[in-house]
Amino acid sequence: MQLVLEKRPERSAFAAVVSPLIAISLSLMSMAAMFAAMGKNPITSLGVYFLDPLTDSYSLGELVVKATPLVMIGIGLSFCYIANIWNIGAEGQFLIGAVAGSWLAVRTNGTSVGPWVLPVMLFLGALGGALYALIPALCKIRFGASEILTSLMLVYIANYGMDYLVRGPWRDPHGLNFPTTADFDPVATVPILVPGSRVHAGALIALVVVGLGAVLLGRTIMGFEIRLLGAAPRAARFSGFDPDKLVIFTFAVSGALAGLAGIIEVAGPVGHLQPDFSPGYGFTAIIAAFLGRLNPVGVLIAGLFLALTFIGGENAEIAIKLPLDLTKVFQGVLLFYVLACDSLIAYRVRLLRTQHGREFAHG
Amino acid sequence: MVESLIEIGKLIFSVSFILTVITASTPLLIAGAGELVAERSGVLNLGVEGMMIMGAACGFAGAYTSGSIVIGAVCGVLAGAACSAIFAALTLGLAVNQVAAGLALTIFGTGLSGLIGRGFVGARISPAPKLDLPVLTGLPGIGQIFFGQDAFVYASIALIVGIWYFLYRTRAGLVLRAVGDNHASAYALGYRVLRIRLLAVLFGGACAGLAGAFLPLAYTPFFIPGMTAGRGWIAVALVVFASWKPGRLVGGAYLFGAVTFLQLSVQALGLGIPPQLMSSLPYLATIAVLVLISSKRGTAGLAAPASLGLVFVPDR
Repeated sequence: MQLVLEKRPERSAFAAVVSPLIAISLSLMSMAAMFAAMGKNPITSLGVYFLDPLTDSYSLGELVVKATPLVMIGIGLSFCYIANIWNIGAEGQFLIGAVAGSWLAVRTNGTSVGPWVLPVMLFLGALGGALYALIPALCKIRFGASEILTSLMLVYIANYGMDYLVRGPWRDPHGLNFPTTADFDPVATVPILVPGSRVHAGALIALVVVGLGAVLLGRTIMGFEIRLLGAAPRAARFSGFDPDKLVIFTFAVSGALAGLAGIIEVAGPVGHLQPDFSPGYGFTAIIAAFLGRLNPVGVLIAGLFLALTFIGGENAEIAIKLPLDLTKVFQGVLLFYVLACDSLIAYRVRLLRTQHGREFAHG
Repeated sequence: MVESLIEIGKLIFSVSFILTVITASTPLLIAGAGELVAERSGVLNLGVEGMMIMGAACGFAGAYTSGSIVIGAVCGVLAGAACSAIFAALTLGLAVNQVAAGLALTIFGTGLSGLIGRGFVGARISPAPKLDLPVLTGLPGIGQIFFGQDAFVYASIALIVGIWYFLYRTRAGLVLRAVGDNHASAYALGYRVLRIRLLAVLFGGACAGLAGAFLPLAYTPFFIPGMTAGRGWIAVALVVFASWKPGRLVGGAYLFGAVTFLQLSVQALGLGIPPQLMSSLPYLATIAVLVLISSKRGTAGLAAPASLGLVFVPDR
């Protein structure tokens, strides 16, 4: 017997909707097996992980707080991945956005400045992220260097750069030597939307990004060019599109969104700049992008689901002493299944009898 | 300042310089060698970082529980190969995009290694022994360099020589290169493209696992989560730097070893340079090297295997 892939005559619309759901179900089953292997009751553990966070209002708020950066970054990354451009350094752009915006907050700290501070911080964050993302973009179009490797290397560099600032020049003089900046002033802080929770105005910005992203990708020439470059690069070139321009554009958009998410995170839930303030949002957003099928509305749903894995992981650590690393394992397994199920949209798996199959396959 | 420069100058011509370079380069060389073979067959596996950290965790777990470095190394190799088997199932079996699958493997490996290695954080083992020959190791200068290394270092050199011989002097190596350069033609000639690629990917995974195991078994005698610190990605970049040629990989890996030495010695001298800047050096160097190599290559002599990263589904 032999399994072979057969290209479907046309992409199955049904499979496109169902495949992420199958992927999630398979990941949950794998997770249950993992719980059992670790000596926990799989059903109750799954409950603690994935249902308990949905039952109280504070956790629901946290879901929104954690989904906000994932959705914003994930939509930006979708632009790149649709065009077959591989920005995997969103984590670095997220950090640099946080640093760029924090600069103003640190400079104006303790002075009585007006309410213009926060909008300018958000702008600086987006600008910083976009400029940082343009480094791999320019290395690619000018020198042909692989954007995959350069964008990833820049994550490490961003991490060290931020570490230098908060341990050195930007350290809070009254902070008992902790590596952190002073807490941002109220005018430099993203306002809370729902009293009693940490849900902040960034969630609204994320929703606007979903809307704009959907329009830009689905209803504009630029969106069409991006999709065409990904689906048929040769055709795109023949029809006179400039691939370099699209590399710049997609990197700038994804960098700006990651940077904006970074400054919102720092000026919102965190309240000051400190090392390790990100639990790897820039990498998890890659999974959000694929789980959401590179579609802004899909990424919104995927971002909420992945936020659930973060909160569930923290929950499970406290409630049933499961290690936090399990969350990352789950996210990795989920991406495996998402990619595998996506393949079933383009291909049909067929079983062939050995003798006949081999002749057939090599005939 | 001048004194410091003289100090650095003295260090560069010292035996300890060469020894540090060799130790720092070995994991890059081993992981890069495996990735080179996989890429020569046309498969871009970006999961090297994930396979390496799994090799480190499983390698340390194996060595600590059994008390044997050899068993630890075997565990590392098996862990790397097992991870690459998942990657192969996705990319070769289900025609999944290789870049995305490699990223997934790195995320998965980082998480799972943390889970496996959790119980071993803080534990120590005695590191892999260094060769100690009667007269030879004691030779001034060269003795330690040539006859005083651990088994991983000799294995890395043997690996490179072996791969060079395999790729350029055997029929199987020729077939592997043909598959990487034009999978459709190789398939039409009757070669089992997917099977050859599977073997190349498994070999690459085994090497990455061994390279990862080197870190807790010989470099530092303990395991810390995330201890590979991007070495897997640097190894992938080195393959590009080496233009997919095993000989040049050695030069590239040793160049990066030298960067590590510079980082350590400048930190030791304390010139007031922020340590974070020195720690960023290997990553900055990787970007610089990629830019230089990619631009010099121009349009004429693209050295990459022509089918690298492309999905292959046998046509019936």
